[in-house]
Amino acid sequence: MSLDGEIILQLNNVESSYGPVKAIRGVSLKVHQGSIVTVLGANGAGKSTILKTISGIIDPQKGSVVYHGEPIQKKDPAWIVRQGIAHVPEGREIFPLLTVRENLLMGAYTRPLGEKAAVEQEIEQVYGYFPILRERANQPAGQLSGGQQQMLAISRALLAKPTIMLLDEPSLGLSPKLTREIFEIIVRINRERGVTLLVVEQNARVALKYADFGYVLEVGRIVMEDPCAVLREKEDIKEFYLGIKESGVRGTRRWKKKKTWR
Amino acid sequence: MLQFLQLIASGIAQGCIYGLIALGFVLIYKATETINFAQGDLMMLGGFLGLTGTLALGLPFWAAFAAALVAMLFFGMALERAVLRPLLGQPAFTVVMVTIGIGYLARGLVTMIPEWGTDTHVLPVPYKDDIVSIGGTDGLILSMEHIVIIAVTALLIVGLYLLFKHTKIGIAMQATSQNQLAAFYMGIPVRRINMLVWGLSAAISACAGLLLAPITFVHANMGFIGLKAFPAAVVGGFGSIPGALVGGLIIGVVETLAGFYLPEGFKDIAAYIVVLVMLAVKPNGLFGENLRKKV
Ligand SMILES: Nc1ncnc2c1ncn2[C@@H]1O[C@H](COP(=O)(O)OP(=O)(O)OP(=O)(O)O)[C@@H](O)[C@H]1O
Ligand SMILES: [Mg+2]
Repeated sequence: MSLDGEIILQLNNVESSYGPVKAIRGVSLKVHQGSIVTVLGANGAGKSTILKTISGIIDPQKGSVVYHGEPIQKKDPAWIVRQGIAHVPEGREIFPLLTVRENLLMGAYTRPLGEKAAVEQEIEQVYGYFPILRERANQPAGQLSGGQQQMLAISRALLAKPTIMLLDEPSLGLSPKLTREIFEIIVRINRERGVTLLVVEQNARVALKYADFGYVLEVGRIVMEDPCAVLREKEDIKEFYLGIKESGVRGTRRWKKKKTWR
Repeated sequence: MLQFLQLIASGIAQGCIYGLIALGFVLIYKATETINFAQGDLMMLGGFLGLTGTLALGLPFWAAFAAALVAMLFFGMALERAVLRPLLGQPAFTVVMVTIGIGYLARGLVTMIPEWGTDTHVLPVPYKDDIVSIGGTDGLILSMEHIVIIAVTALLIVGLYLLFKHTKIGIAMQATSQNQLAAFYMGIPVRRINMLVWGLSAAISACAGLLLAPITFVHANMGFIGLKAFPAAVVGGFGSIPGALVGGLIIGVVETLAGFYLPEGFKDIAAYIVVLVMLAVKPNGLFGENLRKKV
């Protein structure tokens, strides 16, 4: 639990749209150095939009994204990567015809040529986290399984030497077992390398287990925020995210009221 | 037999030219999903720049050659920046029409330049009319023009291989063409990379023009040869770099053989017959990619 580090990333009333479609409507959140923060939300809640706004893929209409005390919402993605914000996109988004190793090198694209030796060393380190990637180093990344591609996507982001890593639904399409394995490794990355993590997830069970602090996002708005230990015990969360049903009329009524969460 | 080999050799040389122009098509297509119909005209501009370098500026041939390539590299980049980039987000059709327009414009402007005009010009090369005979006096006779075409193409391919396999910028070019969104996420300057691809493609076409000039002439319409390079790209499986070159070679050789053994007229349609056969047998082309990910 490290919620006492300084705040390195903060969103203040951020609003982002796709043309006329407002995807997030005034999102505020804080991320402390060294912590693991999760944002939970159903399909279309705006989780990916939050991450894309942070990494500069889309510019917000309103509000600010403050990183290490500096507003970054108008900067371009390459600059943001260089400041130490790396994005593991939803659906992996690997380069299918490049080899695994070349994919990793692209993760290090923003790093100066002078760091070549360091990059090689870090490639060895990520092979330590995910040994399968070493075995497949010279194969086209498109030939990896979904889980292996997720490992590659995480490793590729690590090669940018991030201070904070944004993970978009790392559990997507993975078996529960593989999901747990991947989460255990990202927790290790957080502990061993001090990389701060902002993880958006639909899989609340897993996210709440591993994260320190959580936000709940519903149609573009944050509706709840608490340490994960607290969130895990909340009735609403239990019911709608963890599938632990409260019986009786009250529960059903709440179910109807909150159905949008699913 | 000897005659046959002779024809194959000149077919290969001709095929290299098609292959290079096809390569220009493919690079731009892979990076931007646009077909640049001005590719042949970029080749023509390369020819004229070579002409200007040698005749007007008095540069030695190979210096003029190199200068023309560099100039076309920058010209291609400028074209992307000034004309294509503002069209980002427009339908593919619009962009294709614009490239056709660029071609017309280039041909038109060239005829207005006093020394260039509508005439045909001879690009003076130091190896004009040289021949190399292999296997004694009645062996295989290769013209130096053809040897230079094949050698320079081979060099260029080695260079491109090194670029795409062993340099960060080259790998980034491939990455960007495979998954542009992911390239943005990695902090790859996608727009600058695409600009570079246009430059590279223009320089490769110019190279084709400079190699071709000694065996044809330099004139405003020489770029129409692009109409045969396009089938080469299709045969190779549009989107494949080795495919473009192999496709070019196939079309060059078939065309040369058809020109010799078949009745008049077959030469010009040979390329299209090859394409039709290829599309019937292997619709994705020789090196068509199935793994390709659409973004
Ligand atoms: N490219 C786009 N163009 C238009 N609307 C979009 C686009 N991307 C997302 N949206 C809309 O913005 C809203 C939020 O989308 P977002 O992708 O952020 O949701 P999400 O929480 O990540 O969902 P999921 O769990 O399905 O990934 C949705 O209503 C969606 O329809
Ligand atoms: Mg999403």
